[in-house]
Amino acid sequence: MSASPAAEVQSGRELTLSRAMVEAIAWELRNNPDVFVMGEDIADYGGIFSSTTGLLNEFGRERVMDVPISETGFIGAALGAAMAGMRPIVELMFVDFFGVCMDQIYNNLAKVTYMSGGACKVPVVLMTAVGGAYSDAAQHSQTLYGTFAHLPGMKVVVPSNAYDAKGFMHAAIRDDDPVVYMFHKRLMGLVWMPSPKGVKTPVPEQDYTLPFGEAAVRRGGRDLSIVTLGLHVHRALAAAERLAEVGVEAEVVDLRTLVPLDRRTIVQSVKRTGKLLVVDEDYRSFGLTGEVIATAAEGALGDLKAVRRLAIPDVPIPYARPLETYVNPGVDQIVRAAQALAAE
Amino acid sequence: MPNIEDLKTMYENMVTARRYEERLQQEYLVGKQPQFDISAGPIPGELHLAAGHEASAAGVCVHLRAEDTVTAPHRPHHIAIAKGVDLKRMTAEIFGRATGLCKGKGGHMHLYDPAVNFACSGIIAQGCPPAVGAALAYKKRNTDNVAVAFLGEGAINQGGFFESLNLAALHRLPVVFVIEDNEWAISMPKSRVTDVADGSKRAQGFKMAGTRVDVDDAVAVCEVAGEAIGRARNGNGPTLLEVQVHRRMGHFMGDAEAYRPAVDRERHARLDPIPRLAVELRKQGVTPGDLKEIEARSHRRVDEAIAWAKAQPEPAGEEALQDVFTNPFSARNEEALA
Ligand SMILES: Cc1ncc(C[n+]2csc(CCOP(=O)(O)OP(=O)(O)O)c2C)c(N)n1
Repeated sequence: MSASPAAEVQSGRELTLSRAMVEAIAWELRNNPDVFVMGEDIADYGGIFSSTTGLLNEFGRERVMDVPISETGFIGAALGAAMAGMRPIVELMFVDFFGVCMDQIYNNLAKVTYMSGGACKVPVVLMTAVGGAYSDAAQHSQTLYGTFAHLPGMKVVVPSNAYDAKGFMHAAIRDDDPVVYMFHKRLMGLVWMPSPKGVKTPVPEQDYTLPFGEAAVRRGGRDLSIVTLGLHVHRALAAAERLAEVGVEAEVVDLRTLVPLDRRTIVQSVKRTGKLLVVDEDYRSFGLTGEVIATAAEGALGDLKAVRRLAIPDVPIPYARPLETYVNPGVDQIVRAAQALAAE
Repeated sequence: MPNIEDLKTMYENMVTARRYEERLQQEYLVGKQPQFDISAGPIPGELHLAAGHEASAAGVCVHLRAEDTVTAPHRPHHIAIAKGVDLKRMTAEIFGRATGLCKGKGGHMHLYDPAVNFACSGIIAQGCPPAVGAALAYKKRNTDNVAVAFLGEGAINQGGFFESLNLAALHRLPVVFVIEDNEWAISMPKSRVTDVADGSKRAQGFKMAGTRVDVDDAVAVCEVAGEAIGRARNGNGPTLLEVQVHRRMGHFMGDAEAYRPAVDRERHARLDPIPRLAVELRKQGVTPGDLKEIEARSHRRVDEAIAWAKAQPEPAGEEALQDVFTNPFSARNEEALA
């Protein structure tokens, strides 16, 4: 049911990203008895980052299940339940904890469809909190976008605002493949961890889906393309405003989904601007920035005049504020890199 | 009954740990009131305080030497204090300062002090395998050192815990696993995540010794831990201990505990192991004046550590690039991009 939400958006009801996610999950729970949610602290607590607030009240413990701290067990169980006909939504509290359960994720969840020659389907949503910028240090601040996008068999969604969050959540739950839904902690709209402006958006009350694999051009500009995702969409937009004041017009592309990746929008943008800055909150080498640049090189080599990237410089995320700020690309760094690129 | 000197050491460690958590709580809340913002104030990030857990760490660590290894989980301060971690540098680390134990890179869940073989992990139960490894090294090297892994009762449902028990039992390694049972894993009460109320029973499945200490009492912990550590030192294999502790604060700072009944919070506050040990010390002839002196000394030490930490410099941003490897490779690779 891919509605056209434009009319409702006019009505102007605004939600935080977390409320938008919860609204989609609640709708699916209400309308499909095969859907259920599992995770640590998702029932009474409502999710550490408010991804399931209020669901216990409406749906009860059978469908909104707290589970022991046993990620291999309950994520593998989501896979098994899906193969037995259900549509589980399972939460990995922080993506960093993938280490204790990665076999169930990438050797099982991600590969069953292929290994079975398409005979089995695995409609699981694995939702997980990503990102830093609040001093949670090396084991609780990673995004790991590239890791999950690199391993074949999982669709990977990274919403940057409430409207997208709801549409992608509906789409993820209705999808017959495993979808890794990565929500950035700094975007959830938590009172204790404020979000940048622009994340809270008008959200239609009706259900709607958004297609995977369509990036969004959040701002047009002729001088360079800034390709990014998640939290850094907002940092890039803030940088673009400052750049405009000094006469540099940056185009900002929000990737929105990594698998599938909208290569066409990347290539078209680079063809227009000739210059590419990729901004990422994942580790620099062997990852997302390299993939986007390779896409531009493969699709628009003749137009490509200059390239730069900003990402975590291949170090674990440090704790102290000056250290974390140094490694996690900020608005100032984006402005500087863009100016240098524009001048090349 | 432990000797009086050990009892006094335990008391001092417990009072120090309690004061430490209470003072950190105050410092942490600076700039975070009335509206809690995790990024405001002098202490960055998450903070898991251990008020109510002191008896376990004090009763176990009183048997340990600097060479023995301890691994702690996300709630590590009381254990670090009882193990003798440098309090000033640990505090500087928690404040994110350049002279902290880890130069500001680790933070409160990732404290490392090789001088007393202390390490942490913020990933649940993942301190268990390294403790097994330390014990393996001690056995291979024919020392009588031991390793102790601390973890919460919620953590014992994690696969890495079971794998560690089996490895340790199979090789009769000198390691003790200490489960601190505060009855809660964030918002999940123990009864929601396991049907086995006594976590130490899990030892039986591995032919390992297992004991539970039902009362939050440092003396009882000390006695049982003494046996377990003695067994490990004498080459008679590992032990699984479960110790009843209490959670006097939220899971982390900023936790409103909406999920927790008020009566439960009150019960946890009432069952305080510190006055309990004070009563025991009095029975053994320690005077009120002696107790006051221990308390004053502990408070002073904590206050000094915090004052020292706050006066330390923050690290420079570029420092973030150091220490990924012990011997960094040449910058030539980067220059190619310039
Ligand atoms: C593998 C993993 N899963 C989940 C978490 C998130 N987490 C941090 S503390 C905690 C609860 C731990 O409970 P318990 O072991 O009982 O220790 P307590 O916090 O009560 O001291 C959870 C779920 C984590 N850090 N690592």
